[in-house]
Amino acid sequence: MDAFIKPFRDALESLDRAQAEDLFQRVLQQYSPLEAVEKVVLPALEQIGTAWHEGSVALSQVYMSGRFCEALVDSVLPPSDPDRKHQPRSAIVVLSDYHDLGKRIVYSVMRASGFEVFDYGRMDVNELVERAIADHLRVLLISVLILPSALKVREVCTQLKARGADVKVVVGGAPFIFDDQLWREVGADAMGQSASDAVAIVERLMGEMQ
Amino acid sequence: MNAPAMNSMQRTLTALGQKEPDQVPLFLLTTLHGAKELNLSIEDYFSSAENVVEGQMRLLKKYRSDCLYAFFHASIETEAWGGSTIYLPDGPPLCGAPVIGKSQDIDTLQVPNIESSAPLAKVLATIRGLKQRVGDTVPIVGVAISPFSLPVMQMGFHAYLELIHEQPVRFEKLMQANEAFTVAWANAQLEAGATAICYFDPVASTTIVPRALYQGTGMRVAQRTIAKIKGPTAMHLASGRGLGIVNDIISTGTAVIGVSAQEDLAEWKQATTGRINLLGNLNGVEMRRWTPEEAQKQVKLAIAKAARGGGFILGDNHGEIPWQVSEEVLLAIGDAVQRWGRYPLSWITEEACN
Repeated sequence: MDAFIKPFRDALESLDRAQAEDLFQRVLQQYSPLEAVEKVVLPALEQIGTAWHEGSVALSQVYMSGRFCEALVDSVLPPSDPDRKHQPRSAIVVLSDYHDLGKRIVYSVMRASGFEVFDYGRMDVNELVERAIADHLRVLLISVLILPSALKVREVCTQLKARGADVKVVVGGAPFIFDDQLWREVGADAMGQSASDAVAIVERLMGEMQ
Repeated sequence: MNAPAMNSMQRTLTALGQKEPDQVPLFLLTTLHGAKELNLSIEDYFSSAENVVEGQMRLLKKYRSDCLYAFFHASIETEAWGGSTIYLPDGPPLCGAPVIGKSQDIDTLQVPNIESSAPLAKVLATIRGLKQRVGDTVPIVGVAISPFSLPVMQMGFHAYLELIHEQPVRFEKLMQANEAFTVAWANAQLEAGATAICYFDPVASTTIVPRALYQGTGMRVAQRTIAKIKGPTAMHLASGRGLGIVNDIISTGTAVIGVSAQEDLAEWKQATTGRINLLGNLNGVEMRRWTPEEAQKQVKLAIAKAARGGGFILGDNHGEIPWQVSEEVLLAIGDAVQRWGRYPLSWITEEACN
């Protein structure tokens, strides 16, 4: 199965959708949909995410790859499929910000990795806290682009803690990349440098929760 | 012996001529801090040219920057296209709903007239007011968002990326409209008294698109656009990486490039010496929690890496200092330039560059 990862990644990076689909179908001839997702799609997206963080792949490639893969995975693992990962209960949101590309990318990569995640769109602090508690979330992914929004994560964490919510807050976005101490300062539990980081972090948190 | 004192214009022009001026020019690109100086909300501050003129003049004096910055906020350009601005109490004004709701809207897009746009008229009045105050002693920096990056605000980032990849004909049509707008807008600012135009092009960055895509799109757009702007330009990638497209950037004809805090100024200097001037690259996000001592350290490091021989302007890496950065830190940056930025910079050793 490993032999498929590099050509699949190359097809994604060069935005060759036909080639990516063809490779995916060949993997499916030998493996189950869930195995194809976990052993080919996810590693390829992880490598692309790491390459973006290191500067050798561009955000446009990350975004388009995520979209391709989300569609591929949806075709074999629809949202209702029991093999979809519905745990931990997770949601993603843009906090007090109007820049949603980062959230879209993480959402696509999470879904392309087999996870089902609530998409909260854009919310302010109070609305987000109420919704997270009502939905009994275990993991909350917060995406921001501008510094004032990043600083508002502190209010979210404080309110969730005060209300006794057992939810882990994972943050991502430019302010956290440009200041690697900021996520701790605002009280988050983890910070993702890239969309594929989000998958790894949620899997780690899932293990810790069990 | 130190060089004789120059005014900000002389200092900047000397540095841009790849020569050493009296001291390293400092372009402290403060916009929102003007509202603090006038004790106004950000929205009220940007409601009139008079406020911004007064704010910029106070900031110039207080922080000893070498330029005036006539930038209001990026979304003021989309206001001219029929869009709106969302004001925050503690951050940069943001762009409201996209003016291009669906890609078909591009087919009937009308290029706005600069003269009849009230928001743009405010910026032009600001430039004229600043010019009246300082004449030719201080550079006045105007701003134009590049035609290649403007669609992020016109139609939303994801929709724009999909357009680039999936609808090349409509993409070219949008570029034609935006190029006409950007050229007219930049030239109107120069006519009003701006010394140079900051050509913001974050999408050009290798952080956002791969080099091959840039070469076939944004680079050609920049070459065409910058050639028609009747004054010097400084390309700014707004924190994005650019070292991987350094020769492409130089080919656009821009005089200055803004360097990301994620890249090494020394590498940029080595890759570009004599071919383009560098602006940067203090980390504006980290600046929020700097102490005065850290500010001094960072200023020294940037100067050590890139200032020798001229061709360097010290500034932040994004093109705008965040609202949350304290007065104390901004003053410390100015102090550090006075202390460590005086040519001939004989204090610089190999160790100082690390």
